[in-house]
Amino acid sequence: MYKVILPFRYLFKKRISYLALVAVALCVFTVVVVMTVMTGLVNDFKQKNHSFVGDCIVGTESLVGFAYYEDFMKVLEGADFIEGVSAAVKSYALINPKGSQHSVGVEIMGIDPVRHSQATGFGETLHYNKSDVSKTFKPSYDPNLAGCVIGIDLWIGRDAKGKYTYAAEPEMQALSISCFPLTPKGALAKAGAGEVDTRTFYYSDTSHSGLARVDGSFVYLPFEQAQSLCGMDRPVKRASWLHIKFRPNTKPEAGCEKVALLWRQFAKENSGGKAAETLDTVKVQSWKDYQRPFIAAMEKEQTMLTAMFVLVGVTTVFIVLVVFYMIISHKSKDIGILKSVGTSNSNILLLFLCFAFWVGVFGSAIGAAAGWRFLVHINQIENWLFEHVGFQLWDRTIFVAIGDIPNQMEFRLLAVIILSAIAACLAGALVPSWQAARLKPVETLQVSQL
Amino acid sequence: MSKQEYILEAEGICKSYRMGTAEVKVLKGVDLSVKKGEFLAIVGASGSGKSTLLHILGALDKPDKGVVRFEGRNLNKAGEGKLNHFRNKMVGFVFQFYHLLDELNVLENVLLPTMAGTGVLGWLGRRRAAKKRARELLSEVGLGKRANHKPYQLSGGERQRAAIARALMNEPKILLVDEPTGNLDSETGNDILKVFEKLNRAGETIVMVTHDEGIAQRAGRIITLADGKIEHKCASAQINL
Repeated sequence: MYKVILPFRYLFKKRISYLALVAVALCVFTVVVVMTVMTGLVNDFKQKNHSFVGDCIVGTESLVGFAYYEDFMKVLEGADFIEGVSAAVKSYALINPKGSQHSVGVEIMGIDPVRHSQATGFGETLHYNKSDVSKTFKPSYDPNLAGCVIGIDLWIGRDAKGKYTYAAEPEMQALSISCFPLTPKGALAKAGAGEVDTRTFYYSDTSHSGLARVDGSFVYLPFEQAQSLCGMDRPVKRASWLHIKFRPNTKPEAGCEKVALLWRQFAKENSGGKAAETLDTVKVQSWKDYQRPFIAAMEKEQTMLTAMFVLVGVTTVFIVLVVFYMIISHKSKDIGILKSVGTSNSNILLLFLCFAFWVGVFGSAIGAAAGWRFLVHINQIENWLFEHVGFQLWDRTIFVAIGDIPNQMEFRLLAVIILSAIAACLAGALVPSWQAARLKPVETLQVSQL
Repeated sequence: MSKQEYILEAEGICKSYRMGTAEVKVLKGVDLSVKKGEFLAIVGASGSGKSTLLHILGALDKPDKGVVRFEGRNLNKAGEGKLNHFRNKMVGFVFQFYHLLDELNVLENVLLPTMAGTGVLGWLGRRRAAKKRARELLSEVGLGKRANHKPYQLSGGERQRAAIARALMNEPKILLVDEPTGNLDSETGNDILKVFEKLNRAGETIVMVTHDEGIAQRAGRIITLADGKIEHKCASAQINL
């Protein structure tokens, strides 16, 4: 029973114990806050990428695109595990607001907004046409004009707090979009008098995907118009990508494997076609593989951060070790007394490990509670600091993809942090406790008498 | 006298310590026997090895040479578990500096040997009876109303009484007492000695170490330790009366 009573008394009646408690609490606080924010950012980034791509994507990086996509769409639509398929044309273009001397390089994406919203989260990124995506390319000021959707950071600048200011209705603005159409062989195609095709589109909406690369460089156009602009409508119709969404009960990996199987069969069947060579570069990828270059960087940062926190953990172990050495040197008399009444070495070891366990439990509880409290108010704190001190954790004019700082604590992450903190305390206390257990009672009692 | 009458025997006990490169021989072949119910005083000057001898007798330390027998069983051959059991159940220690745990109150200090001798579940089963005995012991040593006080709230004499109550908690067969009045004024020391005399009259075997021959006279038998050896043995004057 003394193994229960004494650790508590040591914990709350020895000031030196507070040092260990504070060390553990500070480490847990730091890890909880930083890991929550970092994990939130990574998860948010992944979710936005998933939403942008859909579950699976079939296509090619080649600007020529691939042929027979309509036939393959029919194959996919016949599969019971697929909920939505959307063809997209993707290329590069120059955009020039009418009356302006400035041209900006952009990526254009030709889509059918209704189909694309079924296969991806595109509809949710719109501002004016979120409720009725069929009107996406019909400017409210004149539905007969060819509309375009512009990545929000191309169109509306953020204020210092990271907020966008929208007009009540889209303002009429004509944009010249110039593209280089390509033949199925990859050569520049003639477009009218030259090799550049220029058409006028009218601003109808903005898209806010939350992905800096997309919001800062993408312009969405009606599918047929984009196909024509890129020369993908002749002599055989081509598309760049097919975005696919699986039914909810389909596992993404299994769904992608099925799509890959269907594609291999389809490519084989069409290997004798006129534009069969365009099928050679087509890949079937999950959204994660497709966005791997972007996600991998974030994941690498997260891994590095985790590695840094392992060092924080090692520091905690060292602090606990030092504190326990100090506590045990102060408590050597107690060890002698306990041994004089028949306490075994293993029970002395357990006594101090119990003490370390409670240091870990209370320290991590305090740290986790403080971390939770801090996270709840992290955005308010950041706003306050920005307004009063001018400090902003992420300058929203630079880090355009970041809105509010993520502050949703994950129970699993919290559990891992707390258990790690307790394990660190036990690890730190193990050597001093072992030495305490091996102390000869007569030495501690005699020393105390001097 | 038959061997069975001796509760504790020591034969040829030698003990030395290292102080830097020098070896200091503290005990040089001590022979000693303690009868059941006896009150034995070991007298010696400071540094004569009397505390070392007491620690060896109580299995807090091991001799370099020699044998310690408790009720005929060789303590040198006992494993760690048996020695823990011996210290918990068979012997009670009273130290000069009381050695109470500051974090526990007086009652908890007295209960410590019982807590140390039982697991958590065992303790829960024995808790009520143990607390009753601890309170009785505290009343016997005059600390009935100080049970919930912390050691630092007690006087030196009271602390020593609490230490005596703790030593008696598991009804040990022998009390080993190290300079029990060394840190007390004469009046308080006298009160403490009266407690030991009372316990001895009730049948408790006591071995007391002291440097004060006057205090040793209160014991039934005195042996003198000098230069690591037993110098002479005699019955105390008080007993002779």
